[in-house]
Amino acid sequence: MDIKLIDAEATAAERAALDHLLGPPTSSWEGGIRVPERDTRTAATGHAQRSRRHELLPALWAIQERIGWISPGAINYVCERLTVPPADAYGVATFYAMLSTEPRPSRVVHVCEDLACRCHGSQELIAQIEERFGGEGELSDDGSATWYRSPCLGQCDRAPAVLVSDASETPRESVLAPVTASTALAVLAGGEPPALVFPPLPQEDEPSLRLLRRVGRVDPVSLDDYRAAGGYAALRRAIELGPDGVLREVKDAKLQGRGGAAFPTGVKWEAVARQPARPHYLICNADESEPGTFKDRAVIEGDPFALIEAMTIAAYATGCELGYVYLRGEYPDAHRILGAAIDAARERGLLGEDVMGEGFRFELVIFKGAGAYICGEETAIFNSIEGFRGEPRNKPPFPVVEGVFSKPTVINNVETLVNVLEILERGGPGFAAVGTEASTGTKLFCVSGHVVRPGVYEVEFGATLRELLELAGGLAAGSELQAVLLGGAAGGFLRPDELDLPLTMEDARAAKTTLGSGVVMALDTTVDLPRFLQRIAAFFRDESCGQCVPCRVGTVRQQEALARLVNGHGRGDEVELIREIGQCMRDASICGLGQTASSAIESAIDRLGVFK
Amino acid sequence: MVEFEVDGEPVKVFEGQTILDGLRKKGIDTPTLCYGETLRPANVCRVCVVEIEGARVLAPSCSRKAEPGMKVRTDSERVRHSRRLVLEFLASSTDLSTAPEAEAYCAEYEAAPERYGPPAPPDPDRDRKRAGHHLEPDGLTAATVYAPVKVDNELYVRDYSKCILCYKCVDACGDQHQNTFAITVAGRGFDARISTEYVVELPESACVYCGNCIAVCPTGALMFKSEHDLRAAGEWDAEGQTVTTTVCPYCGVGCNLDLHVQDNRIVKVTSPADHDVTQGNLCIKGRFGFQHVQGP
Ligand SMILES: Cc1cc2nc3c(=O)[nH]c(=O)nc-3n(C[C@H](O)[C@H](O)[C@H](O)COP(=O)(O)O)c2cc1C
Ligand code: SF4
Ligand code: SF4
Ligand code: SF4
Ligand code: FES
Repeated sequence: MDIKLIDAEATAAERAALDHLLGPPTSSWEGGIRVPERDTRTAATGHAQRSRRHELLPALWAIQERIGWISPGAINYVCERLTVPPADAYGVATFYAMLSTEPRPSRVVHVCEDLACRCHGSQELIAQIEERFGGEGELSDDGSATWYRSPCLGQCDRAPAVLVSDASETPRESVLAPVTASTALAVLAGGEPPALVFPPLPQEDEPSLRLLRRVGRVDPVSLDDYRAAGGYAALRRAIELGPDGVLREVKDAKLQGRGGAAFPTGVKWEAVARQPARPHYLICNADESEPGTFKDRAVIEGDPFALIEAMTIAAYATGCELGYVYLRGEYPDAHRILGAAIDAARERGLLGEDVMGEGFRFELVIFKGAGAYICGEETAIFNSIEGFRGEPRNKPPFPVVEGVFSKPTVINNVETLVNVLEILERGGPGFAAVGTEASTGTKLFCVSGHVVRPGVYEVEFGATLRELLELAGGLAAGSELQAVLLGGAAGGFLRPDELDLPLTMEDARAAKTTLGSGVVMALDTTVDLPRFLQRIAAFFRDESCGQCVPCRVGTVRQQEALARLVNGHGRGDEVELIREIGQCMRDASICGLGQTASSAIESAIDRLGVFK
Repeated sequence: MVEFEVDGEPVKVFEGQTILDGLRKKGIDTPTLCYGETLRPANVCRVCVVEIEGARVLAPSCSRKAEPGMKVRTDSERVRHSRRLVLEFLASSTDLSTAPEAEAYCAEYEAAPERYGPPAPPDPDRDRKRAGHHLEPDGLTAATVYAPVKVDNELYVRDYSKCILCYKCVDACGDQHQNTFAITVAGRGFDARISTEYVVELPESACVYCGNCIAVCPTGALMFKSEHDLRAAGEWDAEGQTVTTTVCPYCGVGCNLDLHVQDNRIVKVTSPADHDVTQGNLCIKGRFGFQHVQGP
């Protein structure tokens, strides 16, 4: 491909950042020094060159992390190295909220303004920063720091939260949670971000825990600890059973996906295992950007080897040799811990050419997202990994037939995958004995908002919402429950008189709601519901990929109608309009984002009677 | 052959053909905006949606393959509702004044874009919007994609206030036709827009002025400068134009040219989309090399 570059040169630092990732350029065709006897006869073309597109997002990240923004010169160099047209690279770079194509200082503080943090003072925090530092995007006196509002950072159990990105030769990201205004201001003034204290698991002493049994009890990066706590027994068992045996157990377990859609995992795995096309790919969906969701982070930070072992089993059963963990960019601690665990597993032969000496190959890499909720949608992940804009694809074809790189792909949520260890240890029927007939096993819930002990809770399917809230200590004395947001921004609200709902897929469906990603956010009567709904509407507008009209424009029209209702400029038709817009988004959008963008708002109208 | 049912009547199409192919065969008028005969369906506008019995959501007829026994409805309340709202969304956010097809659909589906409020004024910063950030709206106006028109070369004009983001120009410039990759979709959500890298002007970009993006644009957002200037002067007269078909004289490929002539001057050049050599595509010489014919 003949690419035309723009008139701008990469700086030495920008080149160094990219060369660090890709290795030095091998010829002047890649933007290296021209060596006539080497470079004049052959041009790097064809498949080898074109096949580097999947390195685009990591390349953009390398520049962003080192410099703090991506300049025209840097894009030129990226494009030379990877043979990507500059316009395409710009289209990709401008898709992600964590990448900037405009100059930015080296330190950026991302302040969460989303749902759970609102219950814990984020609006006051933002007001303080605005008053004492300056508005969003304004620079500190020495020009080295700024701040931006951010959607949910996945730290809802220790809200309010901020994420500090420091670009440098040794880039660093730090989560501060819970954070006070004075700490945030000190960091904006150049202070060292204080180390994060990991709170203990709320169910620390509960003996019946399954998925969480090691979290907080073993050193997460010690393979020996993991093995001593029963690790890698499930993979042994899987190898005894053989791939078909594993598929049978997973089907017998009736495991359903925990990423939101509740699709039967065994059916998905079998479909990929039977596909003649090769290679097959495995992706773990750890994008976790649904507001109020943080369970996958807790699992990865607390028990990363469990995910690695589970993915190895999934790969063994479905014939995959390469797996990706698509991890959201806002999870620096999970990234560091999982990265260390992958290295340790590889060193001990538990990943790589010959896993456990059993003659099968499995490699695992972390792919870092860059600030896009839509990149949790399975087909958007494929595009993101391949170096395209994270826009969902049309289905059919389904991922099991044509997924990433157009090959059969297994994609599962973190929690879905770690359940597989339980299945192999207990056997499929043993696993299915827990929970209900249709919802088997245990479920992780992300309990946040106005409960006494927010955190990740593991309960058997069938426990009621009331029981779960009680586990989390209920509401503080003197506060009164106004509503529970179940399933996240894409879920719906329940009233205080609906707490006896058994938490199962089927009961949620029958009650016309959803467990979604396991969000349970309790709101007391101090929450200004209409403004809370405005935040949900703003979230969907910000996170729409913009591909299809119903969602691209519908999310904006929905937000405008809500604004009129809240500001008292209503024309009388807003509630009806919101329903009409919702119907169109639900029916005609390409993907689940648009299809659910009105569900929480409509449920607040229907169930809670707001705007009556 | 695949046999399926449309509004209760049987229809047969070839294996691999779409629902839309079946609808056209039956003579059922179906609105389409992002669909292009010579391009792979982007299926993003969603104005062609139909209801398939048993499916949870509506399906884009332009891309969904017909399956045996499928029961399709094109006239249900759900279908009409989504089509009408999609048209209202576009008409309330975009200038459709040079998109006669879209305007006709709006009339047919009784779209009422004014119910979203008066349109917001053009935004000079639209090209630089950051993903995931926006100013909180007050709801008093309806957000629009209006932005200043881009006149940065002598051959064609880009007026993205008229852009419905159908992806056709990007696909035509990219691997489906031209392989130049001069333009992209940049940004996200409502702020998504067609752009060159870092919004550089066309002469600095990779553009080779083949005009193949103009040929596929359904809204007039991309327009010959000659047409744009005549329209600006109030002198554009589509009815009074003649179209002369000829073969491009520049090289031996044999591209068909349709010369659109008004008052004895060539005002634009197209090539038929069904022409087997060009599929509607040309190069700069065929597309814009007409100036010499008519002198200064
Ligand atoms: C907008 C959107 C965001 C999503 N985000 C996630 C996510 O962060 N994590 C996840 O596991 N699934 C997410 N999903 C669901 C995935 O598309 C997919 O169904 C899931 O990863 C399949 O895995 P499972 O079968 O194990 O649940 C999202 C879906 C949509 C429509
Ligand atoms: S529904 Fe929204 S997020 Fe999904 S493809 Fe359409 S515009 Fe993108
Ligand atoms: S004129 Fe041709 S090269 Fe230029 S943007 Fe349009 S399609 Fe691409
Ligand atoms: S400029 Fe025209 S062809 Fe390109 S996306 Fe917009 S409406 Fe479609
Ligand atoms: S014509 Fe089918 S989605 Fe646009």
